[in-house]
Amino acid sequence: MEIFDLTIHELHEKLKAKEVSSVEATRAMLERIEAVDGQVNAYITVTPEQALVEAEAADKRIAAGDIAPLTGIPVGLKDIFITKGIRTTCGSRILENFVPPYDGTAVAKLKEQGAVIVGKLNQDEFAMGSSNESSYFGPVKNPWNLECTPGGSSGGSAAAIAARTATATLGTDTGGSIRQPASHCSCVGLKPTYGRVSRYGVIAYASSLDQVGPLTRDVTDAALLLGAVAGYDPKDSTSVNTPVPDYVAGLATGVKGLKIGLPKQYFIEGLDPDVKRAMDEAIALYKSLGAELREVSLPHTEYAVATYYLIATAEASSNLARYDGVRFGHRAEDVRGLKEMFAKTRAEGFGSEVKRRIMLGTYALSSGYYDAYYVKAQKVRTLIMQDFLNAFNEVDVLLTPIAPTPPFKIGEKLADPLQMYLSDIFTIPVNLAGTCGISIPAGFSAGGLPIGLQLIGKPFGEATVLSTAYAFERETQWHLKKAPL
Amino acid sequence: MKITRSEVEHVARLARLELSDSELDTFTGQMDGILAYVEKLNALDTEGIVPTSHAVPMENAFRPDQPADSIGVEAALANAPLRAESFFRVPKVIE
Repeated sequence: MEIFDLTIHELHEKLKAKEVSSVEATRAMLERIEAVDGQVNAYITVTPEQALVEAEAADKRIAAGDIAPLTGIPVGLKDIFITKGIRTTCGSRILENFVPPYDGTAVAKLKEQGAVIVGKLNQDEFAMGSSNESSYFGPVKNPWNLECTPGGSSGGSAAAIAARTATATLGTDTGGSIRQPASHCSCVGLKPTYGRVSRYGVIAYASSLDQVGPLTRDVTDAALLLGAVAGYDPKDSTSVNTPVPDYVAGLATGVKGLKIGLPKQYFIEGLDPDVKRAMDEAIALYKSLGAELREVSLPHTEYAVATYYLIATAEASSNLARYDGVRFGHRAEDVRGLKEMFAKTRAEGFGSEVKRRIMLGTYALSSGYYDAYYVKAQKVRTLIMQDFLNAFNEVDVLLTPIAPTPPFKIGEKLADPLQMYLSDIFTIPVNLAGTCGISIPAGFSAGGLPIGLQLIGKPFGEATVLSTAYAFERETQWHLKKAPL
Repeated sequence: MKITRSEVEHVARLARLELSDSELDTFTGQMDGILAYVEKLNALDTEGIVPTSHAVPMENAFRPDQPADSIGVEAALANAPLRAESFFRVPKVIE
């Protein structure tokens, strides 16, 4: 097995036993990026010099007997994370040359553990998209089939795991942007409860929905990486001050007696037959492991996509007002006056998906429409949250598909944004409710494309979600399959 | 409800976005489709429902009122497209 194939916990053991150094692991990863990223386009920026300096520092630390789970591990970061001295683009032309003066909290926590940052990963522009086709730096290709999308918006983060060009990555999830690409690339993607991980130093898209989370090769790594970045941060006023459990220690609790709910609105007609088959097999496996499965109802599910696209676009139109060409980012030239500079800068700097969402959000917040659209959506959000609270009175975890279909072809849904938006129907409600969910590999379509399984937990129920996922992973081999690159 | 091209132009002005003629046409059609879809929310009676702006019930988040280091003038200006001394420079504001 090559060094770049190893999980965090496997590489950690080898680093600890001095069988391999962080410099060797980092070189192996950089060579792998050089060899295959031309086909995948998962990276926007690779940082070889800086990575090797960090790897040397990690080796010194290990030699001194000071090793944390992430020490010396090569990681990639979605290009939405602010990184001191490393260009941070958010997949947009408007930030093409932006070099941040500080690190975000999640990045700082990884650095404290001695993780090695090998580069910044491609994404949909400002995290707006379900297919990674809206990046200014070109689409990411799915390592399982280069004609297909890897999903979005953390498509680069998921594709790098599948292409084995990072041991682990961080992404963000606003409407499914960690879980859906994890599903499409056959890796593990965890969206924590809102407030579990600090958003300080994460470029904002829709502030009440965005959350940071890990994309990894297996469930143990997801537990390790979440443990490394979770926790209260006084720099993020929405971060929640509640203790971080030892997620790895709780993994092997098993599912005997666990109540797993199957929301009937998620097992609808029209679900792809391969996805349906994978879900049926997962349900049968959990039954055989002693879990108790029962049907539950989330009656407002069909309103989630409409609710999301009003709330997310409204928040985006507000958050993206800061890109005006004054303090940072692209600035249009040859303009007459300040107002023209704003309008031209934004016209040149943003791609069409971002413009469309700013327009929708501005419309939903504008005079005369605020109550009819924005406030209405916030009220429906309350109903969707109540659905989840009611379901969690009956069961411990919910099991659902991640996406109605396996990965689709690049370009297939570009002309019809509404169809693209509807592909997130099974992930969006979790963000509206603010709770946590994981995507784990659960099979492949007849055409060899990955299918993911979603487990949704109670607020701050990450430990239960992880142990439920771990029970499945232990009995299956899906996470061990490698993309043909 | 049908959204008109002139409404889209108005929204673009509010959003400080200069749109080309073809963008205006495309967005008018697409926004019309998306807004027709979100009309489905009107099928729900939300009378008396409290709107949710935030998933986690929280009180005000306060921090101690103590001075601390910030990033400093040079770092703050390092990404400025145009600067003059310790200021961000912009085109003239008064026409």
